[in-house]
Amino acid sequence: MNKVLHKEQLGEEVFRMRIEAPLIAEERSPGQFVIVQIDTDFGERIPLTIADADPEEGSITIIFQTVGSTTHRLAAIEVGECIENLLGPLGQPTYIENFGKVICVGGGIGVAPMHPIAQGLKKAGNEVKIIMGARNKDLMIMEEDMAKIADELILCTDDGSYGRKALVTEPLKELCETWKPDMVVAIGPPIMMKFCAETTRPYGVYTVVSLNTIMIDGTGMCGGCRVSVGGETKFVCVDGPEFDGHLVDFDNMMLRLGTYKTREAEDHHECHLEMAIQELED
Amino acid sequence: MSHPSKEQLQKEAAEVLSALDITALKPKQRIAIPVQEMPTQDPGVRITNMEEVAIGYSKDQVIAESLRCLQCKNAPCIKGCPVSIDIPGFILKAAEGDFQGSIDIIKESSLLPAICGRVCPQEAQCQLYCTVGKSLKDVEKSVSIGRIERYVADLERESGTIKMPEIAPSTGKKVAIVGSGPAGITVAADVRKAGHDVTIFEAFHKPGGVMVYGIPEFRLPKSIVAKEIDNLKQMGVKVETNFLIGRTRKLMDLMVKDGFDAIFVGSGAGLPKFMKIEGENLIGVFSANEYLTRSNLMKAYDPKNASTPIYNSKTVAVLGGGNVAMDAARTAQRLGAEKVYVVYRRTEKEMPARVEEVGHAKEEGIDFLLLHNPKRIIGDDKGRVTGLELLRYELGEPDDSGRRRPIAIEGSESILDVDTVIVSIGNDSNPLIKQTTESLVTNKWGNIIVDEDCKTSIPGVFAGGDIVLGAATVILAMGQGRTAAESINKMLAEK
Ligand SMILES: Cc1cc2nc3c(=O)[nH]c(=O)nc-3n(C[C@H](O)[C@H](O)[C@H](O)COP(=O)(O)OP(=O)(O)OC[C@H]3O[C@@H](n4cnc5c(N)ncnc54)[C@H](O)[C@@H]3O)c2cc1C
Ligand SMILES: Cc1cc2nc3c(=O)[nH]c(=O)nc-3n(C[C@H](O)[C@H](O)[C@H](O)COP(=O)(O)OP(=O)(O)OC[C@H]3O[C@@H](n4cnc5c(N)ncnc54)[C@H](O)[C@@H]3O)c2cc1C
Ligand code: SF4
Ligand code: SF4
Ligand code: FES
Repeated sequence: MNKVLHKEQLGEEVFRMRIEAPLIAEERSPGQFVIVQIDTDFGERIPLTIADADPEEGSITIIFQTVGSTTHRLAAIEVGECIENLLGPLGQPTYIENFGKVICVGGGIGVAPMHPIAQGLKKAGNEVKIIMGARNKDLMIMEEDMAKIADELILCTDDGSYGRKALVTEPLKELCETWKPDMVVAIGPPIMMKFCAETTRPYGVYTVVSLNTIMIDGTGMCGGCRVSVGGETKFVCVDGPEFDGHLVDFDNMMLRLGTYKTREAEDHHECHLEMAIQELED
Repeated sequence: MSHPSKEQLQKEAAEVLSALDITALKPKQRIAIPVQEMPTQDPGVRITNMEEVAIGYSKDQVIAESLRCLQCKNAPCIKGCPVSIDIPGFILKAAEGDFQGSIDIIKESSLLPAICGRVCPQEAQCQLYCTVGKSLKDVEKSVSIGRIERYVADLERESGTIKMPEIAPSTGKKVAIVGSGPAGITVAADVRKAGHDVTIFEAFHKPGGVMVYGIPEFRLPKSIVAKEIDNLKQMGVKVETNFLIGRTRKLMDLMVKDGFDAIFVGSGAGLPKFMKIEGENLIGVFSANEYLTRSNLMKAYDPKNASTPIYNSKTVAVLGGGNVAMDAARTAQRLGAEKVYVVYRRTEKEMPARVEEVGHAKEEGIDFLLLHNPKRIIGDDKGRVTGLELLRYELGEPDDSGRRRPIAIEGSESILDVDTVIVSIGNDSNPLIKQTTESLVTNKWGNIIVDEDCKTSIPGVFAGGDIVLGAATVILAMGQGRTAAESINKMLAEK
């Protein structure tokens, strides 16, 4: 049982929550995640990155987008109520040292897991440029938090409603040409990570991506999270979630993310029906 | 295939009993008593539900079956039981109708009789050595030791008369247990009885280990495992779920930071093996662990209530021949698959699954493709499984394990149309604890190395169950738990 201490809505479909979890707050490092399950008997277990932690308060912060049934139910939990199950910290921490010049690329909700990594990289003495992308202005999150870290912050939207009208790969390519980074970290939708890796490949810039496969246990027991990296099968929950983006088979990973598409589409539809009904009632 | 009903079987047993003078039976008469068939749900019915297949004996049946026991002086059956239950002893009490006396004898040696009675591979353990089976030249005609054990254990549990064991006065010493499978449960009970303060740490959100996430409801009702956990809690054992040793807390921090005096590691064998063949990452290929966890632990078989989805399959190939493969195949069928194949590269004789489960699977219409092995998995342009390319095999010379080695027949490729492949070829041990614990010595498969007292290379740290034995059985895990608990109690008494 973990109590929700704070909840706020960052965007149309994005929420930030601070949750009581003293042991996880004490042990976690940037790059690690938790598994959340709302009810013990019938709930789904979903992975969410630890966006921040406060060991003194004994709390962790998660930032999530409502995409399906569990994230919608999570968003409905009020301050003071409890999440029945929270397991973590899971996965390998990000390898952080002074690489020199680093570009962090965050797309959509990927900005949340990017935040602690960018913070860690900055603290380790790196020069950090941050590129953030979103479909439109309303979906841009955590701009202020990122501005505090970045030596340069570049904002892009697909529709030009905020910042530059571009995909994140455009400024990324320009910086590869002109600034010559030593490393790139890209976190966002798989398709974005795939094209970031393709963008940096010709420049030979080491590119780390954080994969968001479907998970069950998060401890290496089921193999459901497996991806092909450099021709070898890896388990994202224990070998990752971060991998060398130039080696990841993104096409297979994206296909696998669609394993339960039909069922999830129905659930999503129902969630929105329920939310609509609730709004009418309110 | 219609099965005699429980009532029918009970009537037959009653007739057998009334025809005998049960106080003066000769061995010949005992052997002549027919083996009491286990009442089961009808195959056509049971594949539409998740309820237990074997319903359990009636009173007359259990007495009739118990009377088959010859009460051998040397009791060869006992040496087949990994925890050396006094088998003739408990069967004699059952034959006399003293069921409480019977369960009391079992519980001197075994902690989980309702579970072992159901899932032990009896035909390879106690019942393998039974004199009755030997004289009838058929191990399936041995005394049904497991079924009698199950009956008396169920009776006690259902009547709510379980006596809580006595707990010695508090010693003030703390013991941590990693994992809540049969090994962990056993250590918890035995160490708690000695008056120590016991906490179980379990990674999952529900305790019970493989008995909860792996073995399906239709073979082992989850309420039985839950009851065992409940008893532990009543004895004062603390259970911390959602706690992953190695991540939430490092193993040695339990001693250094949290003041535990001893640790038992019973973390099981949870790392699924894959075959490393083409197509293994296509959509529709699952490890049995994933498939069974979705269904059992997450209750995906109940889509009205459960949020966790499970793949919608029409034709399924399960690769492997063990209990896990049978469980996956029978689960797939209950979830609505129209055709389920078990693909195994040797013959039925070599299959490691319990004979009863193989029989049940056949009755349920599972198709066994023996002497076949997959070569690659085939998918469509959307990355979904459409087929499995198989090679036929023949048996050659025996290998190290004494089983005849399967050899591929060249040019024997064929394609089986399936939309789902469930890989069930065994588990390795999860490396997390090893990786996060310096100086914990393991073998090349990652199993923790222990001495005969279940001591590991680190003082105060003990281990047992599948993490030591590799994928084994419930009763072996329990047996090691007993040994480890004894060593822990001894160590703490001397400390
Ligand atoms: C290591 C890791 C860290 C993550 N961190 C975050 C985070 O910090 N914030 C956040 O919002 N999300 C994060 N995710 C993604 C998050 O787990 C999914 O959004 C969540 O599982 C969806 O659950 P649901 O029941 O609401 O939706 P579902 O009904 O399960 O799915 C709805 C839609 O989301 C897609 N989907 C399902 N699972 C995932 C997944 N794992 N990743 C991406 N899409 C998925 C489905 O294909 C479907 O289209 C992370 C994933 C991983 C593996
Ligand atoms: C599908 C299936 C069917 C089977 N059928 C039979 C059968 O019919 N008969 C039979 O005798 N045996 C059967 N077995 C084997 C039997 O279940 C195991 O041998 C037995 O459960 C092993 O017990 P254990 O206590 O060692 O570990 P497990 O039962 O595996 O329990 C280990 C527990 O430790 C937890 N854990 C792991 N790592 C950590 C960590 N780092 N921190 C905290 N917790 C952790 C796990 O989540 C798990 O709950 C079957 C196994 C499977 C998978
Ligand atoms: S515990 Fe298993 S092996 Fe021992 S007597 Fe019971 S069924 Fe047989
Ligand atoms: S060997 Fe068979 S007949 Fe003999 S005591 Fe054991 S169970 Fe009874
Ligand atoms: S989520 Fe099960 S192995 Fe990674």
